[in-house]
Amino acid sequence: MVKSASQGISVGCGVRVVAGERTGYAYTDNLAPERILHAARTAALIASGPAKTPVVSLEDVRLKDKARPSLYPIADAASDAELAQKIDLVFRADKAARAYDPRIKEVRAGYADEVRRILVIGSDGTFAEDVQPLSRMSVFVIARDGALSAKGSSGGGGRNKFEIFLTEKTPEHFATEAARQAVLQLNAVACPAGDMEVVLGPGWPGVLLHEAIGHGLEADFNRKKTSAFSGLLGKRVASDKCTVVDNGTLHERRGSLNVDDEGNATGNTMLIEKGILKGYMADKLSARLMGLPNTGNGRRESYQHIPMPRMTNTYMLSGDDAPEDIIRSVKRGLYAVNFSGGQVDITNGKFVFAASEAYLIEDGKITAPVKDATLIGNGPDVLTRVSMVGNDLRLDEGIGTCGKDGQSVPVGVGIPTLKIDRMTVGGTGSEG
Amino acid sequence: MVTQVKTAKEDLRELATAVVKRAMELGATAAEAVAREGSEFSVVVRMDEVETLKEAGARALGVRVFVGQQAASTSTSDLSPQGVEQLVGGALELARVTSADPMGGLPPAELLGQIPGELALYFDDVYSLSNEERIAQARRAERAALACDSRLVNSDGGSFDASVGSKVLANSHGFVGQYRSSYCSITAAPIASDKAGSMQRDYWYSAARSLAKLDPPEEVGRIAAQRTLRRLGARKIKTRKAPIVFDRQTSASLLDHIFDAVNGDAIYRHASFLAGRLGQKVFGANLTVIDDGTTPGGFGTRPFDGEGVPTRRTTVIENGELKSYLLNSYTAKKLNLATTGNASRGLAGTPGIGNGNFFVQPGEKSQEEIIAGVKQGLLVTEFLGFGVNMVTGDFSRGASGLWIENGELAYPVEEITVAGNLAEMFGNLAEIGSDLIWRGSLACPTLRIEGMTIAGE
Repeated sequence: MVKSASQGISVGCGVRVVAGERTGYAYTDNLAPERILHAARTAALIASGPAKTPVVSLEDVRLKDKARPSLYPIADAASDAELAQKIDLVFRADKAARAYDPRIKEVRAGYADEVRRILVIGSDGTFAEDVQPLSRMSVFVIARDGALSAKGSSGGGGRNKFEIFLTEKTPEHFATEAARQAVLQLNAVACPAGDMEVVLGPGWPGVLLHEAIGHGLEADFNRKKTSAFSGLLGKRVASDKCTVVDNGTLHERRGSLNVDDEGNATGNTMLIEKGILKGYMADKLSARLMGLPNTGNGRRESYQHIPMPRMTNTYMLSGDDAPEDIIRSVKRGLYAVNFSGGQVDITNGKFVFAASEAYLIEDGKITAPVKDATLIGNGPDVLTRVSMVGNDLRLDEGIGTCGKDGQSVPVGVGIPTLKIDRMTVGGTGSEG
Repeated sequence: MVTQVKTAKEDLRELATAVVKRAMELGATAAEAVAREGSEFSVVVRMDEVETLKEAGARALGVRVFVGQQAASTSTSDLSPQGVEQLVGGALELARVTSADPMGGLPPAELLGQIPGELALYFDDVYSLSNEERIAQARRAERAALACDSRLVNSDGGSFDASVGSKVLANSHGFVGQYRSSYCSITAAPIASDKAGSMQRDYWYSAARSLAKLDPPEEVGRIAAQRTLRRLGARKIKTRKAPIVFDRQTSASLLDHIFDAVNGDAIYRHASFLAGRLGQKVFGANLTVIDDGTTPGGFGTRPFDGEGVPTRRTTVIENGELKSYLLNSYTAKKLNLATTGNASRGLAGTPGIGNGNFFVQPGEKSQEEIIAGVKQGLLVTEFLGFGVNMVTGDFSRGASGLWIENGELAYPVEEITVAGNLAEMFGNLAEIGSDLIWRGSLACPTLRIEGMTIAGE
């Protein structure tokens, strides 16, 4: 049954005043001119004197607002579809998950969409508008067999038209995937513990890049020299098989944006090229203070939040190895294909990510599925242990949300099949 | 500048009751509205300079409507007459497309009400400082931290935050409840660097409902410095099984998993390893867990829950036996039980389950005594990641801490994971400390757990 339906509207204006390295911020959810002016005065309390830079007139900047083709549909975004159609998706997912296997006992399927309209105006001449659609399906299931229980989850979407849920990313696709995981996990064995070879499957396991190196390459941490990657520009941080980019310009992707939340066009930024650290992801403030290019990575959760450098879609480019050869090369290790998320300590570089679907590799063959386990590593050196890179780059299905300083933003990740020669696997089973 | 929060009390009450009335006029058979307003202030000082200063206020409104057994909810920050009309109209329109759910509905009128007495949730002193004084609080915390040791060379800053909020809940049974709450905190997050240039960061904070109850910034800075310095030179250890001591920060995080496991929403969906175990011995006989939403001044205290049911004290686990789940009226009906007054309500969506002041009954020994009793083991002081499967209870999280050798802290440890199963972990509590200290709405003393796997080299 359709258990709940809800919708919300949030409107507001945030004013940021920057003086040197200092930022004053205030916001209001009331768009009356006097309230916005009050917010501006509050934010300006940070400034010690009158502005030293001239303010560009709005009339001049409006003319400069050059149109470029949008990365995502605006007129016919998913949110414009009929409510009945959206509800049908959820019913179909429920049915497909239960039909997959009689052991599927609980199904929770959801659909959500939003449209975010932004207008950014700055005293430096910034004038940018954007309409950013976003939609996502999610399916969570529980399988039970006697005393055994297991869960599975799946989902995806993007800044797409509604049709994508009727063609490529159907409810049956997500439901079957969630059900498959749950049934598989019913028979999972204890995951081994200790250092071992790890092969990551393509796609969503790219969350490794997001945690291990992505956050550490956000310019704010490097400006403050609080990142384990501080001062490593031009140095080797990965094996020469690794090339990693952050690309906000992919068509209809969850992490993509026409302009960032400071009004700058997003870009395709080289982070690591053949193992060498090439760049950081910057916002206006970091770019100015560090003398680096502004890469269009200034993002914020909403008008209530101060922008900061954030990732968009972060992924590793394909290499030369066939995925089968990668598996075959492992004597005893772990093949991890699904993850439930991760976290990083920027300063010491330690990161974790939790595998929700993984298998043992024994003598070059994938064998038993193992229970949930956390993998832990050190950001600045984990990629130096990448010895094989598959020719099968895949991006995730459009499910990722990244949290930093209490702000959540949608992101994308991706990798080809990867072999890491040594990583610590945190299971309860015998030593690996 | 000192900013006073608007105390537009009547205004919020009027808004919420007007929304309920309007929903009933437009055809709802029952309705419930939430109105909230709040102000927040925060300042971060980094390397002695003000880095960010933020100040704002916001108001918002949410409504949940029932048309027979169909329900839906909407929320808005547009409080204009048109915005409110759209809010109510939208909810009714949405309700007509949801399925009839016989378990839905407001709690019966006779269950509604609020606990009496002064709950000490609001103190106007959190907003009594001038901006200069607020900046000084943050600056003093950071300075105190960095002054502790020459290895403290960098910082993620010191901060001071203050917020006040007011919330009204009204429904078509005639319930109208309102309360105000306040919060303030000071933090410090210094960064230490050793000779080899490897860095460690840690932090400490003090939080309170009243400025008068905050620890001095110097105390916050000093503890943050100690916590950071003791991580320098951390190493990995070999994969093994060993006794693990969890300090109050990490034991509270473990207790949070127990809250998730007794959450009625997870129980009726069989998404918890404790589903169907009511009345059974599920943990060790030394474990008693209580949820109390009524303690004056507590971070988890409220006069009524998210559905207008009075909060109460519930014994969840008594001597290892599962005595009660935590429920709202929906999950209670699903399980054929009575609500425990644990409904939590955001602006939109159906009510979830929230804890009151949720804690483990303390034992006899201090943390020092517990550590002294460990020949070889690990003191875990931080978790990294969220690797917990509530369906099976399987637990595997990144960790750092200090190795214990012959009852004494020997050296810092990092880049390891600790793994086990929550049912076995709480079934094997070798020690429960006496050090129950409230720093949030969840509190747990130091715990010593046997039989977990530490994964390292």
